[in-house]
Amino acid sequence: MFTLYKTYCPIVGPFDPCNPILEKTYSTPPNLYIGFQPPNLPQFTPLEALRAGTLWKPFYDPYYNPFEEAKGGLPR
Amino acid sequence: MWIYEKKLQYPVRVSTCNPMLARYLVEQYGGADGELSAALRYLNQRYSIPDKVIGLLTDIGTEEFAHLEMIATMIYKLTKDATPEMMKAAGLGDHYAIHDNALYYANSSGVPWTASYIQAKGDPIADLYEDIAAEEKARATYQWIINLSDDPDLNDGLRFLRQREIIHSQRFREAVEILKDEQGKKKFF
Amino acid sequence: MKQIPPEYYQMMEQLQAVDFVLVELTLYLDTHPNDLEAIKQFNHYAKERKTLKKAFESQFGPLMQYGNSYSGHPWNWNEPPWPWQV
Repeated sequence: MFTLYKTYCPIVGPFDPCNPILEKTYSTPPNLYIGFQPPNLPQFTPLEALRAGTLWKPFYDPYYNPFEEAKGGLPR
Repeated sequence: MWIYEKKLQYPVRVSTCNPMLARYLVEQYGGADGELSAALRYLNQRYSIPDKVIGLLTDIGTEEFAHLEMIATMIYKLTKDATPEMMKAAGLGDHYAIHDNALYYANSSGVPWTASYIQAKGDPIADLYEDIAAEEKARATYQWIINLSDDPDLNDGLRFLRQREIIHSQRFREAVEILKDEQGKKKFF
Repeated sequence: MKQIPPEYYQMMEQLQAVDFVLVELTLYLDTHPNDLEAIKQFNHYAKERKTLKKAFESQFGPLMQYGNSYSGHPWNWNEPPWPWQV
């Protein structure tokens, strides 16, 4: 399944004192995949767009604190 | 010239008086990849770049000032009535000794803003690649601040600002394509 | 202590929403100068913002100065709230 949030697994060294994080996540925002923006991309309404931070649905990529529960966001 | 409008780009809210969060946020006020750096970087690069992308640099640079005002509003609200004790507990005792509760263009470690944070190479591709990198660094900084923050209202505003970095990066990438001068010569979508 | 009426926030948010569409379309058109549909949409919202600005200013005073808004008497540009105070 496609995701904008990719992961990798860092080495766990035998003498690493911190509790190991087995999987690290990083963001790959939509602009990396879309290229030169094509015309007529689907849009949010003005109020939704303000809330989303973008007018165009395909660019919408809300970031939530992963240490808290994700609170959803606008439907795309 | 620029004309001020008496409104924020996005309605800013914070839930608690929290100078510690203000201290982290200052990174986006007077830090290397902050909004002041961004605004000054783009507006300064305009003078030595092809006409085709001057409008874009002007408009994104102008929007960055609106973001600077949002960050200032967040810091203002998070520290407005904070006591010296609260400032001290947040690691802002030295800031308080110099500035009271005033805002100041410094990073979150207290280092004053410097022009060495921004570049102007005079080479359009070098400058636009710097701009793309700056947007991605600012996006990452917003992620780390959201990770540090437990204030849902503040995070709402920070999410908006992070999303803007994504759009700006997109437009700078398109500006590079425009300068390659291949638009219209081949189908790109 | 002065209170800011709820209509201030409602009307402000409406204006912010329309202005945000205009910001987005501005940046888009900077790199897509030939997109006629987007230009039509831009002009539509540019007109709508004029209406919203006028309605907001009639209740809460000028949003811009240097002559980009009209003034009441006395000069009301200095009157709070400023954006970071609301």
